[in-house]
Amino acid sequence: MSTELETEKITPRVIHVIRQNSDKVFRGILIAGGLAAFVLLSGIFGFLATSAGPVLRAFGLSFFTGKTWYAGDGLLPSEGSIDPPTFGLAPMLWGSLLIAVIAVAIAIPMAIGIALAATYFLPKKIAFAFTVFVDLVAAIPSIVFGLWGFFVLMQHGALWAKWLNTHLGFIPFFKVEFEGFEQSPFMAGLVLAIMITPIIAAVSREIFASVPAELINGAQALGASRWTMIRNVVIPFSKSGITGGAMLGLGRALGETIAVFFVLQLFFDEINWIRILESTGGSVASLIVSRFGEAQPLEISALFGAGLALFLVTLAVNAVATAIVSSTNRAKK
Amino acid sequence: MGSEELEFVANLDNAMETKDINVWFGERQVLANVNLEFQTNTVTALIGPSGCGKSTFIRTLNRMHELIPSAKLAGRVMLDDEDIYAAHVDPVDIRLKVGMVFQKPNPFPSMSIGDNVLAGLKLAKRKVEDADFILEDSLRKAGLWDEVKDRLKTSAGSLSGGQQQRLCIARSLVLKPQVLLMDEPCSALDPGSTRRIEETIKELRESVTIVIVTHNMQQALRVSDYTAFFLSEEGHPGHVVEYGLTNDIFHEPKDQRTDDYVHGRFG
Repeated sequence: MSTELETEKITPRVIHVIRQNSDKVFRGILIAGGLAAFVLLSGIFGFLATSAGPVLRAFGLSFFTGKTWYAGDGLLPSEGSIDPPTFGLAPMLWGSLLIAVIAVAIAIPMAIGIALAATYFLPKKIAFAFTVFVDLVAAIPSIVFGLWGFFVLMQHGALWAKWLNTHLGFIPFFKVEFEGFEQSPFMAGLVLAIMITPIIAAVSREIFASVPAELINGAQALGASRWTMIRNVVIPFSKSGITGGAMLGLGRALGETIAVFFVLQLFFDEINWIRILESTGGSVASLIVSRFGEAQPLEISALFGAGLALFLVTLAVNAVATAIVSSTNRAKK
Repeated sequence: MGSEELEFVANLDNAMETKDINVWFGERQVLANVNLEFQTNTVTALIGPSGCGKSTFIRTLNRMHELIPSAKLAGRVMLDDEDIYAAHVDPVDIRLKVGMVFQKPNPFPSMSIGDNVLAGLKLAKRKVEDADFILEDSLRKAGLWDEVKDRLKTSAGSLSGGQQQRLCIARSLVLKPQVLLMDEPCSALDPGSTRRIEETIKELRESVTIVIVTHNMQQALRVSDYTAFFLSEEGHPGHVVEYGLTNDIFHEPKDQRTDDYVHGRFG
């Protein structure tokens, strides 16, 4: 009994920490940096939301779900419009997602192949040169990709698309309702895939290089060939890292504007759900760049709304990515 | 040890034999003229101070050595009367016949306990019909079955270090190797786990020839039949100073340097 009483009396000590001045300064800088990012993010969000206010008030949720984008005379019915506009973002939002997913689906195998070749198959010096070249692709301005896509890739890509449609047209993805294969989500996805492959490859390469030597040794000592080792040891170990890299790529693909603008035919009246070979598609960023020049104040507000939607979608993708990466990391432990 | 039938004579079967093994890393020679014979179903301990080339040597026995860039080798390693470095020999086949357990337990973190044990089959693309039997048999031989039989599907990361090492032993036994190489298998483990692994080694001796690198002299004395003492003297590549029955090496060494080493006077 007496010991119990004694324990009750004991309260934990307050432990004082003396911080060095240099630590205080460093801490201050870090906190300021972190806060600045947060303030900037909220500021941009606030700016977009305010600027999109008029359209969001007039159209409400149907701004995000509506299927038609029509500028009309730029006046609201309450302002005496004779040719009332409708702003529905759904085809563009869905289009952005569709293109980004196509891009990532094409880029992942390419990127993994490049990273595996550089890490496990090529001699060191060649691997280095190879890596530098792949990284340089990331430095090509997106307008160049747009032009190249328009003048070069589209000619060939249309043939591949036609081939896919002829031979695999029974798969819903490869069906088309209108002939004309040129400025399709598939084409935009191809251009974006080339643009995001270097990012995913760079992340994958880092991850492959970080596979512990003892696991590689362990696999080799069990009679693994290079391929069975990669499949059973390296890839499972690297999954979460590759997912993270793919999500980075997805984020980039969602926001890419000018390259997509060149190779995609925007379609303002209907959602093209899955017919990826057809020359009808959507992209929020391309919508903004294509309409901005001639837009009247109300449409400008709608374009800010589109920007806001894209911002939120990208934020959500990154949040999901972080969740996936951290959950697979936990599972590994 | 010291049992009468374990005479160091040439008429016993050799599971493996090395002939004039010389090893270089780049221009630096690290091993010179190593000639050792490993008799079937015995345990041979390789002892010697750090940097004397024992771990390098053991990696030449299953062709893991050549995986290090700049590694070179001369000499022959005979297994089943055939040089494992002969031009027509696939190193993968050698690694199936000569298993290896490493210093640090290295179970595959993405696989369950059961999958880890059978990983060799997958990695080496071996199809077997009695996988369940092999799984249990290997785990029993490694002395781990009773501890893990109810959680074969859980991650190998949940095991203690000693259990992980026994898992790695079980994993290498699945491929039914003729020779099992162990590179300081207990150096990362606590005394209890070490004891457990030493018992496992003694039991395994009935079915497989074991070559074990150890820094622990007591361990060499406890588990091995034969001992080879490696030494790399100032400016010279490592070589075998003395090789013989473990008892002789520890109690009646012929070479003064062996005597000094086993009695802890250097190293």
